[in-house]
Amino acid sequence: MSQKNSSYGEWILKFRFLVLSLITFVTLIAAAGAQFLYFDNDYRVFFGKENPQLKAFEKIQQTYTKIDNVNFAVDPISGKANAPEVLAAVEELTDIAWQLPFSIRVDSLSNYQHTEVEGDHLIVRNLYTGAMSMSANEQALVDNISTTEPALAGKIHDKQHRATSVNATIQMPGKSADEVAIVAAAARKMATKIEAKHDVKIRLGGVIFLNNAFLESSMLDMATLVPAMYLVILIVAYLLLRSVMATFLVLFVVVPSIIVAMGAGGWIGIGLTPPSASAPTIITTLAVADSIHLLVSMFNRMRAGHSQRDSLLYSIRVNGKPIFLTSLTTALGFLSMNFSDSPPFHDLGNITAIGVMAAWIYSIVLLPILISFLPLKSKATLAKLDDKMGKLGVYIASRYKSVLTFSVIISVSVLSLIPLNEINDDFVKYFDKSVQYRQDTDWISRNLTGVNQVQFSLPSGESNGVSDPAFIEKVSNFTAWAQNERVVTHVQSISDTFKRLNRDLNAGDPSFYKVPDTRELAAQYLLLYELSLPFGLDLNNQLDISKSSTQVIVTINDMTTNELRAWIARAESYLADKLDFNLTAVGPTVMFAYISERNIQSMLLGTLVAVFLISGVILIALRDVRLGIISLIPNLLPAALAFGLWGLLVGQVNMAVAVVAGMALGVVVDDSVHFLSKYQIARRELKLSAHDAVISAFNGVGTALVVTTLILTAGFGILAQSTFGVNSNMAMLTGIALVIALIADMTLLPALLIVLDKDKKENAPLIGAKEALQNA
Amino acid sequence: MKFANITMFVTLACAIITTITFASPEKGLEIAIEADSRDKGFGDSTAQITMILMDKYGQSTERAIRNRTFEGDNEGDKSLVIFDSPGDVRGTAFLSHTKKSDSDDQWLYLPALKRVKRIASSNKAGPFMGSEFSYEDIASQEVEKYTYNFLRDEELNGLDCFVVEYDPVDPKSGYKRQIVWMDKSEYRVHKIDFYDRKDALLKTLTYEDYKQYLDKFWRSNRLVMINHQTGKKTELLFADWKFRTGMTQRDFEKSALKRTR
Repeated sequence: MSQKNSSYGEWILKFRFLVLSLITFVTLIAAAGAQFLYFDNDYRVFFGKENPQLKAFEKIQQTYTKIDNVNFAVDPISGKANAPEVLAAVEELTDIAWQLPFSIRVDSLSNYQHTEVEGDHLIVRNLYTGAMSMSANEQALVDNISTTEPALAGKIHDKQHRATSVNATIQMPGKSADEVAIVAAAARKMATKIEAKHDVKIRLGGVIFLNNAFLESSMLDMATLVPAMYLVILIVAYLLLRSVMATFLVLFVVVPSIIVAMGAGGWIGIGLTPPSASAPTIITTLAVADSIHLLVSMFNRMRAGHSQRDSLLYSIRVNGKPIFLTSLTTALGFLSMNFSDSPPFHDLGNITAIGVMAAWIYSIVLLPILISFLPLKSKATLAKLDDKMGKLGVYIASRYKSVLTFSVIISVSVLSLIPLNEINDDFVKYFDKSVQYRQDTDWISRNLTGVNQVQFSLPSGESNGVSDPAFIEKVSNFTAWAQNERVVTHVQSISDTFKRLNRDLNAGDPSFYKVPDTRELAAQYLLLYELSLPFGLDLNNQLDISKSSTQVIVTINDMTTNELRAWIARAESYLADKLDFNLTAVGPTVMFAYISERNIQSMLLGTLVAVFLISGVILIALRDVRLGIISLIPNLLPAALAFGLWGLLVGQVNMAVAVVAGMALGVVVDDSVHFLSKYQIARRELKLSAHDAVISAFNGVGTALVVTTLILTAGFGILAQSTFGVNSNMAMLTGIALVIALIADMTLLPALLIVLDKDKKENAPLIGAKEALQNA
Repeated sequence: MKFANITMFVTLACAIITTITFASPEKGLEIAIEADSRDKGFGDSTAQITMILMDKYGQSTERAIRNRTFEGDNEGDKSLVIFDSPGDVRGTAFLSHTKKSDSDDQWLYLPALKRVKRIASSNKAGPFMGSEFSYEDIASQEVEKYTYNFLRDEELNGLDCFVVEYDPVDPKSGYKRQIVWMDKSEYRVHKIDFYDRKDALLKTLTYEDYKQYLDKFWRSNRLVMINHQTGKKTELLFADWKFRTGMTQRDFEKSALKRTR
């Protein structure tokens, strides 16, 4: 084995020019794929094609007008949202919002279609025009309608006049990737124009800005986290290596690894989303560990008086296998993300797996060649740390029983904290408070309306059945039920329109604010009303083309996913039990409410497969079933304990929870691989007892483990700063798991080895005695 | 490379010059007046119409209506639309008096209420019966309702056509402009592209299956309107055209609505 490795090192140095040109060529080809990368900025990418909530949602979107929108929330700053200056701003904004690219509809206070009757004349008109010159009567009408009309109050306008809004419905052709950015940029321009002219502030919300936030969050992360990551690598690498040149060389592993991984992503056709956009940061973290291992061993050897070339060959020989193994297990851990129900995680897993394997090749091929060209020097040593590790080894080995007991107690108690975690996928809260979308949307939910929309498509069972009074009555019952719910801020329902028409066509008599008596009456009112509506303000957003079903949209306050699911379940059972509608609620909010559950289910299998494959790799590498099985405990425990600690310290977790286990396993397994390799060498080659082999392993790899964990934790610590909550949750959990893994590998693992990995003689004294007798 | 550039420049220059030379409001207006005058004298007409609404995903639904038109002399045409299905609006009748310059007058008779209601007709750009047609698409096309701009000659479906831009005069129109293809021999409209207020292509209407009546008047029997933004489509199928049926002005009065069958 060592002979082969040594010949590999010499071979690569002998043909270094050839290998160098070859690897440059391959790198360039892979890098060329980067031109195909694009940002995929539709929140729907988080849902796989087979996701049942997505399918139900798409079906609704086929039936009614889409609810993709830009919400211009108007903050009156000083004064009230019904003041003439504010109403004038709304009027102008309503007018220009029709110019928004791909807009098909604009709704606001000013173009609300107010109905009144004068004699036999049904007047359907804008609620107001010319805000600055309104009479007292006109102002009073606006004040009244804006706070009482069901279509407006609590949705378009706040009942306390704290805010009002202009809502533009957008139908994106879906032909190019930059449509969201185009609409968002145009909307911002309009907002700026209005702010310059009127004394208001415009807050931008809606699906377009949600999608745009995904885009901007990805870009912001790439622009801030990646440079921060490089800074940290350079500092850490310099501290460990104490050589400017060597620190510089680390970049020659890291940078091409990222380029190749992203380039390959481009060739595959991956669209960047916040999760996949975090791949460069993760790859950097993992790639730097490989090269540091190689360089640290080389410098140690050089300081012992060997030549640079011999030290390099030695380092390749001793590190070749562990670096390969740890890269492979890490890649397998990331590849397990392919089981996730959310495609962006497939992309993250695949890009990172490619990057990790590329880092392995660059560390083992490019790095040695580059070193061979450069005279390197390193002053410092980590002797102090090495010394402490040795002492720690002796300490742990001597007290293995108490270590074991203590580990069990700690583990069991921390594991018992796991249920404290509550899963919450509030997509607004995915973005931290530095993101404009989060600030604006928080403001909107405090002052205007909820951001969670739940859609219910109620079928009448026949063409034109929406005019059946019995059906309208049922819709009205559901509407009333929903309006009485504490969490509901608004209900959009066709039953309100029918009642309003009935009242207005009966000379505005309030006693006629009820469902029309006959089907003919209802249908004819509706026909009359439809004939009176202006461009874009039709009923297609509430009725399907055959008028057989209607969509009720319920707007809900901020709440956790669990509360939301409970509410949806109550709404669905009310519909089923009281009104005999068997249907499911749909909408983006509903999709996110189930995303973690779906991901956890799909990742259970993924994680199991990862455990199986990674353990298999360790088993084959160590060629020892017993060690392989023992290694499972310190490998699986960290992710579980991280969840326990998280439950105690944070308590809320998003869909990142599903992918963390597999990914953390792939990363934390490195420590135990290093430890067990050294332990095994001590047992087999030096014939040491388990107790002494543990101490030997501490001496051999203790420092390296601490150093690697330091680098990896720093890397994930940086990713934890992501403005995107799924990334930061994922990174923090993995970071915690890494620290726990280090502790477990230095306490629990050695203790387990001493207890379980006894020699056959120790284990089976009877057999040993028999052998002794036979020998005698 | 250089040659290609020169060719391109010359082509572009020609195109621009051609446009400047021929983009003519006068010629556009002349065409519109000629088209209008060729349809003068039909007196009155009736037709059965089947309206088929289709969404992007192939679901469809049908409505049946009857149309009666009475030709105006100095004023615009008067028209009456009677709804036969769906059943719950059967007998509902929609009367409109087209005005050349002012907003049209519109009334709806609701049999369930046994009353006639006047409709605020300034809103004329909304969908007609939930279809992709708006009232302004199917209302009588008076010359005064647009300004015109002749754009170019173009062949469409083997016919030599004028291509004329129609710009609605009424600010409440749903459109910024309409591009109309009209054949040169008979002045029949074959295609209209509708551009919305932000000047994005919204709908395309094609007129198919033209037949000539009374040896003079051309009527299309199949109108297909496609909404490019939503993917929805509406077809109007005309049948049983009758001309000069003996209807009088009085049949198109508001007071006659209740008696309409």
